[in-house]
Amino acid sequence: MLINKLIQVDATIEKIAVRNQANLEVFSTTLQDLARTDRDIIVVTSDSRGSGKLVPFGQSFPEQIVEVGIAEQNLVGVAAGLASAGKKVFAVSPACFLTARALEQIKNDVAYSNNAVKLIGISAGVSYGALGSTHHSLHDFAVLRTVNNLIIAAPADNFETEQAIRLAAESDLPIYLRFGKKAMPLLSTEETTFEFGKGRKIREGGDVVIIATGETVAPALNACEKLSRESGIEAAVISMHTIKPLDYRLLSEIANLGNPILTVEEHSIFGGLGEACASFLLENNYRNKFKIIGIPDEYTVTGSQQEIFDHYGISENGIADAALKLCRG
Amino acid sequence: MSEKELAHKSVDYRRKILKYIVKANAGHTGGSLSCIDILNVLYNYTLNVDPENFSSPDRDRYIQSKGHTVEALYVVLASRGFFPESDLETLCRYKSHYIGHPTRKVHGIEQNTGALGHGLSLSVGVAIAGKLDKKNYKVFTLLGDGELPEGSNWEAALSAAHYKLDNLCAILDKNNLQITGTTTDVCNTDPVDKKFEAFGWEVRHVDGHDIKQLKETFDAIPFVKGKPSMVIAHTVKGKGVSYMENQLKWHHGVPNQQQYAEALQELDFQDKSI
Repeated sequence: MLINKLIQVDATIEKIAVRNQANLEVFSTTLQDLARTDRDIIVVTSDSRGSGKLVPFGQSFPEQIVEVGIAEQNLVGVAAGLASAGKKVFAVSPACFLTARALEQIKNDVAYSNNAVKLIGISAGVSYGALGSTHHSLHDFAVLRTVNNLIIAAPADNFETEQAIRLAAESDLPIYLRFGKKAMPLLSTEETTFEFGKGRKIREGGDVVIIATGETVAPALNACEKLSRESGIEAAVISMHTIKPLDYRLLSEIANLGNPILTVEEHSIFGGLGEACASFLLENNYRNKFKIIGIPDEYTVTGSQQEIFDHYGISENGIADAALKLCRG
Repeated sequence: MSEKELAHKSVDYRRKILKYIVKANAGHTGGSLSCIDILNVLYNYTLNVDPENFSSPDRDRYIQSKGHTVEALYVVLASRGFFPESDLETLCRYKSHYIGHPTRKVHGIEQNTGALGHGLSLSVGVAIAGKLDKKNYKVFTLLGDGELPEGSNWEAALSAAHYKLDNLCAILDKNNLQITGTTTDVCNTDPVDKKFEAFGWEVRHVDGHDIKQLKETFDAIPFVKGKPSMVIAHTVKGKGVSYMENQLKWHHGVPNQQQYAEALQELDFQDKSI
């Protein structure tokens, strides 16, 4: 199994230098921290160092950043070549371009050739909300799930981000990580540990389970407080940061309780976290009530990320309403 | 290895390419025959790579961007001892590692290629790593002229010049044919030398079947310090088998037994004429 090859670190909250920042900022500061003592850390950018918060990295480690210009296919191919020569490579580009334009390079040069590039999709989902569908990545989980030999994860908070980056740097496997731009509340405690492929239960609750990923975990948690306060419903929340390999053990554990399950993601309702969970549940004869919240199959509305979230119910109110319907429906 | 010995090797490689393509009833015959002299010189003269040093970070790299002519690479790697030639009896068989495009499951192969337009970017990455690590290895990649319209080649060509990768050599197997017709008719890329020069490369032309010219050209890399080298190898698709030469249908045509026997006769004659 893919996951067993991963190095697990003893991750504790003390290692977190920053809190309540954009995960992208934490990605950058963590990478700088690693680069200080490891000259093999290499960042490859496609005119994306500014949007990737990597200007300080470039200033501090000019020999450890490779700029290819706006050329995503070349970005991934060059990254694969560097990785094959022993470098710990982070290829950084907006998720929308990285995972569509360079999909063949991800499939062949990274995953199939087993070059352990860390693909960093920045400003993912609808982070670039008002810029329109060209700049949205609502397809990345779906397309990448079909590519063999690729871990896919969307860290929820600064803790998960830092740990994911540290683990990724030492992993000899290809990994895709996606980050948004919004400052994220810390959803971890001093006892928290992080491992790819292991979902994190961040709230207990006996009435309904909400499985969320990336930047939708925070509104899911807020929805739970609202549900508890206004309806007396207690919802458990899982941060399912790793979309692939999915934590089937945790899913079974949840499903065995028989409670309704709600999934939430900043992605098309097709092919992402929700459908991955649904597939597992159905194939294993679980018949829990089930609902996927995400972006529906339509021309996506534009606006800020928050406005788009509100529009499609990826919000405190929307998630709470959907959970209530599942519980009472 | 002397030029005469290399010339004999080329003939023998051509025999083997045909042998295994006939056995598998599949393969890219014409292109394998056009690039085989280049691979012969690379693996038997130029490259610092062998089965023993293949995991060394100091080895030279060869990445075959035109992955479909893998039969040429297989016979050369087998003769260099990377694997027993008898393995090629399984070419394209169920569960064989010896499939129709390069994979790292085969000892001696650097990257999984086959989708066109990938080899140059991969090579740029390896060459940048060589510069960063102050290694002396060189990176060679073989491009087909049919794959040049892939835009990723030109993205990579820009990067190679931008990073002054004089440890990188791209070889263009310019046989002027692709599956639909001539490269000129399908999507003209000429004057390809001027294009690469404009992109910041130093370009040389060579007869891609002339062992001496190939040796001397590869010896001269980098042609200019601080610039990537492009070798435009003028080749003949199907070279060495008269009825295949410059004939479109032999792109992936497989000879029947009579055609195979005729080809072997021609190759025997060439062997004796060296």
